[in-house]
Amino acid sequence: MKKKWYDFLWIASLIYLVLGFVNILFAWFGLLCFLIPLIISIAKGTKGYCNRYCGRGQLFSILGGRFGLSRKKDIPRWMKSKVFRYGFLVFFLIMFFQMLWNTYLVFAGVQDLKQGITLLWTFKLPWHWAYHGTLMHSGVAQFAFGFYSIMLTSTILGLITMVLFKPRSWCVYCPMGTMTQFICKIKNGKHIDQKSPVPTFRQS
Amino acid sequence: MNPGRSLKKAVIEQHSCVACGCCVKVCPRKAIEILGGIMARVNWEQCVGCGKCMKECPASVITIQEVC
Ligand code: SF4
Ligand code: SF4
Ligand code: SF4
Repeated sequence: MKKKWYDFLWIASLIYLVLGFVNILFAWFGLLCFLIPLIISIAKGTKGYCNRYCGRGQLFSILGGRFGLSRKKDIPRWMKSKVFRYGFLVFFLIMFFQMLWNTYLVFAGVQDLKQGITLLWTFKLPWHWAYHGTLMHSGVAQFAFGFYSIMLTSTILGLITMVLFKPRSWCVYCPMGTMTQFICKIKNGKHIDQKSPVPTFRQS
Repeated sequence: MNPGRSLKKAVIEQHSCVACGCCVKVCPRKAIEILGGIMARVNWEQCVGCGKCMKECPASVITIQEVC
């Protein structure tokens, strides 16, 4: 199959991860990975971002597939259950808003800038080498540290499940994937059943 | 069903599908589409039962089954 430009977006994902080690302010670009899927699902009612443009998904399929870094085993049943997927989404959102709150506190002058990364919502790592000051408010940098923590944490989780299960196992419980599917369900849920699909698992 | 084609077809457990589209990308026959961002659907007229989608699906919700 002929490759399209968007089949190379994994390069952008890789560059993004590297830039976070160089200058933390680049972390702001990660907002695109949040906004674009949401805009596509709300405006068009599709998971077009996951299906086409997501560089992170492509990165996992290259590392796990072509580079063979995956056991290619089935993901456990509980990990694809709605309870786990939506539970993880809620947990993720709570952590996200907590990060926004910390950013707000720095903007409000209540807290000082913390130059560090928190991995897996637990482990604090120094990250001062990637901070060279900013002309803007230090809250701008606080958001960058917080956002990059989220991006790195999700990458690590994705890599672990890539190795253990199938290359793109992360896509089963990725909060953006779950959220966009949820939005599509709200938007299109009613229409789908009327489309009379070819025999499905339940009907055959 | 078309004669001459394999009667093995991909069957998707649709209620567990996460609509990631990984199956769509690997299908050599373009037999799969994502319905409204909710679930994947196989067009059995196109599917030749090669099993590539089954291997790829991160949620492992595709099986190849003997139909008819
Ligand atoms: S589920 Fe997440 S990682 Fe997978 S393609 Fe969608 S946005 Fe990307
Ligand atoms: S079994 Fe092969 S032809 Fe059929 S849907 Fe899957 S990838 Fe496509
Ligand atoms: S790869 Fe599996 S989970 Fe993803 S859209 Fe296809 S059937 Fe659904």
